[in-house]
Amino acid sequence: MNLDISFGQYCEGNSILHRMDPRAKIIAAIMYIVAVFLAKNLYAFALLLLSAIFLIAVSGIPLRIVLKSMKPLVIILLFTAVINIFWMEGETLLVSLGFIQIYLEGIINAILIAVRIIILLVGTTIFMTFTTTPIALTDGLEQLLSPLKKIGLPVHEFSMMMTIALRFIPTLTEETQKIMNAQKARGADFSTGSLLQRAKALVPILVPLFVSAFRRADELATAMECRCYTGGDGRTRMNVLHAGAMDYVFCILVIALGAGILVLNQFGGYMLSW
Amino acid sequence: MGKIIEVKDLTFAYPTEDGEAARNALEHVNLSIEEGSFVAILGHNGSGKSTLAKMMSLVLVPDSGAVIIRGKNMSADDVTDEDVLKARRDVGMVFQNPDNQIVATIVEEDVAFGVENLGIPSEKIRHRVDEALRLVGMTKYARHMSHKLSGGQKQRVAIAGVIAMRRKCIIFDESTAMLDPVGRKEVMDTIVRLNREEGITVLHITHYMNEAMHADRVVVMDQGKVFMDGTPEEVFSQPEKLWDIRLDVPQTTELLYLLKQNGLNVRTDIFEPAECAAEIAEAMKRMTDVRGK
Amino acid sequence: MYQIELKNVSFVYGAGEPYEIRALDNINLHLGGSVMTGFMGHTGSGKSTLVQLLNGILKPTSGQVLLDGKDIWEDPKKIRDIRFRVGVVMQYPEYQLFDETVRDDIAFGPKNMGLSKEEIEQRVIDAVHFAGLDESLLDKSPFELSGGQKRRAALAGVIAMRPEILVLDEPAAGLDPGGRREILGRIREFQRSSGTSVIIVSHSMEDMAMYCDRIIVMSAGKVAMDGTCSEVFGRYNELLDVGLDVPQITYVADELRKHGIDIGADIYTVKYAASQILSKIGGRQI
Repeated sequence: MNLDISFGQYCEGNSILHRMDPRAKIIAAIMYIVAVFLAKNLYAFALLLLSAIFLIAVSGIPLRIVLKSMKPLVIILLFTAVINIFWMEGETLLVSLGFIQIYLEGIINAILIAVRIIILLVGTTIFMTFTTTPIALTDGLEQLLSPLKKIGLPVHEFSMMMTIALRFIPTLTEETQKIMNAQKARGADFSTGSLLQRAKALVPILVPLFVSAFRRADELATAMECRCYTGGDGRTRMNVLHAGAMDYVFCILVIALGAGILVLNQFGGYMLSW
Repeated sequence: MGKIIEVKDLTFAYPTEDGEAARNALEHVNLSIEEGSFVAILGHNGSGKSTLAKMMSLVLVPDSGAVIIRGKNMSADDVTDEDVLKARRDVGMVFQNPDNQIVATIVEEDVAFGVENLGIPSEKIRHRVDEALRLVGMTKYARHMSHKLSGGQKQRVAIAGVIAMRRKCIIFDESTAMLDPVGRKEVMDTIVRLNREEGITVLHITHYMNEAMHADRVVVMDQGKVFMDGTPEEVFSQPEKLWDIRLDVPQTTELLYLLKQNGLNVRTDIFEPAECAAEIAEAMKRMTDVRGK
Repeated sequence: MYQIELKNVSFVYGAGEPYEIRALDNINLHLGGSVMTGFMGHTGSGKSTLVQLLNGILKPTSGQVLLDGKDIWEDPKKIRDIRFRVGVVMQYPEYQLFDETVRDDIAFGPKNMGLSKEEIEQRVIDAVHFAGLDESLLDKSPFELSGGQKRRAALAGVIAMRPEILVLDEPAAGLDPGGRREILGRIREFQRSSGTSVIIVSHSMEDMAMYCDRIIVMSAGKVAMDGTCSEVFGRYNELLDVGLDVPQITYVADELRKHGIDIGADIYTVKYAASQILSKIGGRQI
């Protein structure tokens, strides 16, 4: 079993995108998602594709890494492509084999939807996970949501929880590996047997892991209390987020992209059906 | 110099699940810690030394007796959360497990955590964090991931977190127990320097005798009571007493003690190997001189 | 007389990646025999990696680990049998306790071996005695035990498999002096009475000097020294070079030499040092 979880695939760098305010990046990412769904025809898609290439270029992240992150998507892409190709009916019949009928529209639709999914992922990962540390994301989210504190939502608590979870993921991953090795040394077998047997084999890992996680939580709570933590009220931050000119520029660019897509949609041509 | 922490007639028993009366973890303990001093508290596991530390850092509340921090009785009935918070600004704590006290993923953000809780303006936090990291020699690691550091480095980050809050006193609750020799030395060097150069009061709880040798005063705990209290020289020159309660003495002291028992007239209150050797050489010379005559 | 042989063993973490780390570099060693062998070295010297190679938790990147002359990876499906023969107690082993009772937890290893019920019960009782635990604790939950008792219960869990070779990674870590002496003394006694070959990994020079017959010093993934205690501690300047500390008493002996008193270079226990000094002045032997 391999436990090398690469959570959030932050990719170190010092590009404009890396230096952007996380709040701006979250907003930009959301608007980018909207823009992607607005695109309906080939012209709009061409513009989207250009924007994705632009983002990758600006972020300075090697194309190889971006493509690698798409790997898990292959199955979803194939699945949607198959559905579109075989089930969509259109005007131009290309192949007819008994009950299987493939139309040109089906193929175009399949390609466009695949492109849409890919661009969606490229846009959000470049803005968020690739160029923003999980901590910065949490900080950004906390500040964006802070108006909700007024209506009693525990925004600070939520963000503190996220921060601690992110901090402890590597620690607990390492611990899991250690416990697994210790039980393996006593002859535990995790890889053979029926499903039930395998599930049972996890007990010797999960029990110590939970015991240890609770102990850690307890000790951490005491340590935080000793460091005068009393919740979010009256707390100040060392790193205050500053939105700079670049942040506004990027948000405006994304809005412009959306507007451009709406305009291009008017030029007609083949329209994506959904 | 004033007293930063005093405990008076402290008694405490951990509550048991079935409601039975448990053995007292602390029994009528009296102790006062001078400001600026370096006190080592020794004892085997279960001697009550860690319980005492948790009392002094207000994590636990005594069954009877009082914990007094800078003259304020923290065990009185009218103590508010506000008072506790104020006392905690003076007395900080570094725990045993380095992993379970680091809150943030990035080193400098963890050091900032405590200062942020005090509600200090951002620029001042920055300044304090940088200064604290410099004092523990971790400036180079400010932007590193905390979980990738060695044990000794993690403990130094925890220490930086405490000094960034400008506390006058730090309690180390077996902070070296889980470290390898290199890590232990890093942390001990840092502790000694903070005490000597920055005047920070240090309470070091440990079962490593070699670490207690740096202290001005050694308090030995056994069965919830103060068993011995004195300078390291006074305490370690009585090895039988320490062996009785399952503790060790430094090897140098043990050697001198064995030699003395067997007729070589040496002092037994020396820890430094060089001084120890000099003392033995001199005693041997005296002995052969006497025989020569 | 040796059971384990390491032949040109290397181990690389993250092999082929840009940040690969060579933890072990072409190690050749014979281990085993009815002795206590100590592995020393500072963090990152490769000693913990080596432990995990001995029972097939890790597989060498190159080279072979031979048990009684047979490559343990000859049939990867049978690696479990190797783990029953080479018992490994990990660092802070109390965190591996999981079962409802101490008895069941100690029986986990023997159960995985597929032994009969009676055999398992017998082994659990024997193991508990070796580890110095009271039988009355057997029906308690392992989580109710004290720290030292937990450590010993975990040790019993490995001893109960009756391994031919028992490997312990820092068995005394985090214990107070009394607890250290207790657990190391138990292990030494187990080694003597059962004739099992025991391998201990530790940072503590003082402990190693007290309990081991043979000491292997690791440095930067290689074997730096291999010999008896007096051979290894006699070369104490080299120990300092590889970043290890030597027992305080060794320093004292060195300082005495500067005063013209030579009590030998192989000083590593206090008693021996004292008797050497006393013999110089014609005093009583101790």
